[in-house]
Amino acid sequence: MSTATIYLDGLSVLGPGMADWNAAAACLRGEQPFAVADVSLPPVTALPATERRRVGAAVKLAMATGFAAVEAAGADAALLANVFCSTGGDCDNCHNLLDVLASDQRLVSPTRFHNSVHNAPAGYWGIATGCTAASTSLCAYDATFAAGLLETVTQVQADGGSGLLVAFDTAYPQPLYAQRPIPYPMGVGMVLSARRSDRSSAALQLSLCNEAASTMADAALEQLRQTIPAARSLPLLQLLAQGGAGRVVLDYLDDCRLAVTVQA
Amino acid sequence: MQALRLSAYTLTTALGRGVEPHLAALREQRGGIVKKRWETVEFDVCIGEVAGVDDITLPAGLAAYDCRNNRLALLGLQQDGFAAQVEAAKARHGAGRIGVFLGSSTSGILNSELAYRERDPASGSLPDWLHYRETHNAYSVADFVRKHFALSGPACVVSTACSSSAKVFGTAQRMLAAGLIDAAIVGGVDSLCLTTIYGFSSLQLVSGEPCRPFDAARDGISIGEGAAYVLLERADGAGEGEILLTGVGESSDAYHMSSPHPEGLGARMAMQQALQMAGLQPDDIGYINLHGTATPSNDAAEGAAVLTLFGQGTPCSSTKGHTGHTLGAAGGIEAIFCVLALREGLLPGGVGTSTLDPALPVNYLLHNQQQPLQHVLNNSFGFGGSNCSLVFSRVTA
Repeated sequence: MSTATIYLDGLSVLGPGMADWNAAAACLRGEQPFAVADVSLPPVTALPATERRRVGAAVKLAMATGFAAVEAAGADAALLANVFCSTGGDCDNCHNLLDVLASDQRLVSPTRFHNSVHNAPAGYWGIATGCTAASTSLCAYDATFAAGLLETVTQVQADGGSGLLVAFDTAYPQPLYAQRPIPYPMGVGMVLSARRSDRSSAALQLSLCNEAASTMADAALEQLRQTIPAARSLPLLQLLAQGGAGRVVLDYLDDCRLAVTVQA
Repeated sequence: MQALRLSAYTLTTALGRGVEPHLAALREQRGGIVKKRWETVEFDVCIGEVAGVDDITLPAGLAAYDCRNNRLALLGLQQDGFAAQVEAAKARHGAGRIGVFLGSSTSGILNSELAYRERDPASGSLPDWLHYRETHNAYSVADFVRKHFALSGPACVVSTACSSSAKVFGTAQRMLAAGLIDAAIVGGVDSLCLTTIYGFSSLQLVSGEPCRPFDAARDGISIGEGAAYVLLERADGAGEGEILLTGVGESSDAYHMSSPHPEGLGARMAMQQALQMAGLQPDDIGYINLHGTATPSNDAAEGAAVLTLFGQGTPCSSTKGHTGHTLGAAGGIEAIFCVLALREGLLPGGVGTSTLDPALPVNYLLHNQQQPLQHVLNNSFGFGGSNCSLVFSRVTA
């Protein structure tokens, strides 16, 4: 059983050596060698100054990823139902709270606390865009990207409109880094729509399967795929970068994978 | 939407384990919030604590998942024959056709809170006993439940603060509608931890006394904990008296991280969408289980939204005075209170509330009412402006 056909109207990537989708696509097509480089996160100019001061790397990454996808789709962010998925949310913020709670004083900052909710980036997205549509935030550990893609596609299929997926991952500092080593921040954004438009670049259908996940031939890209949940999307991004039709199997849960059939 | 049948349901909170003690507490208008010292918290706090959580032992094969949240998750699964119903659904549909979508706001973060106190003084490293993936990570509880039942369908944790375990009903409904699954375990589990006790206290949102939803003198929440599960399946052939999920409405405030839109705009949109999806008018709703956290601003915003949409007539109450605010589990727990209201014709009067706020002239029930119900609405709203309303309906002849 597959989902309905859903159209890809906009795509964004922000990750190591991938400053934007064009840079990522060149690497994924093999036109440029992939070389890891630091990820530069722009300030969130769409937020009011008071809010902008309160946000850290995770929110910046999610915002930049979301806005780039919306821009690529020529869509109105205020009208898009949205799905934010991340394995750890704002990991710096979480570490800071744990550190304070382990101290003698336990002086928890109210801003740190409300930023600790997994849906904090989604909340800031609403404030930045004025979007009052449905928004969800979810996690499935390493399976988070496929879980988010499934949620977005079924959301779009159910309401017949368009939706935004923002997959973003950052790392904890030590000591939690040792238990969850995510080497680089990475964000992947998609605007998906139930109807084909002149913005649509590909048609996607999802189904569950238990085949082995597709892998990346390039060792460095495969390393990313295996170590950053958002990078589990790379086989799909490669197929999209090549612009053709095909089928990839995305890593999802141990015994349940997500097959994506792409038509141009 | 295509209605879904609630094939099985169970809940565990400070009121007890399973449906029976909850029904008894509703009938007696009895709450489970107690003022006490909890863990190493340096002040007395009013909490809705589930008794006996630490006596629960996880199965040996899932020992790495051991934390307060998953102990509570397992305790909850063991009530009301819920596990047997899941096994029966597995036999009907297959392990790969059952989704697991659960809500939680803080997961098993208490383990990391404890582990941070035990960091190695020299290296700063965490103790070996901490299993981040299986306990603290947001996905932990869905992973645990899915593995516990050896299911192989889709799964995730929705973590949208206090709307989490209401929103999973929408996730499951869409996944069923897309034909990817035939059944889903939905609900939520959240457990006491220092993050929420100190965090809500830092925002001055915690009452010094058991919470008083919609009271003129309300001054904050009481944090609770709990587990709730519902088994959802397609409603083909549902018989008289069965309870169905008939509407889901979701919206965002786009206003503030920790304060609701003052006029309850997002809340109103969520309620309207849920009604629209159910094909109902406001007058069709016989009872509203309010989010009703008992903070001054939350109740004012929700009251304004309810007044605008329903006027002053529709009976409503919050059951946060019974259980405390169970955060990411609240949507699921209160969904089951809605089911019990429909099943028993019992409109629960609030606990803790004595003098209604004249600024919120909704029909807030201070006493139980007994009357047949056909459609009820459940509200859940969270930080980040995340709103979700659910409509449940009883099949009539």
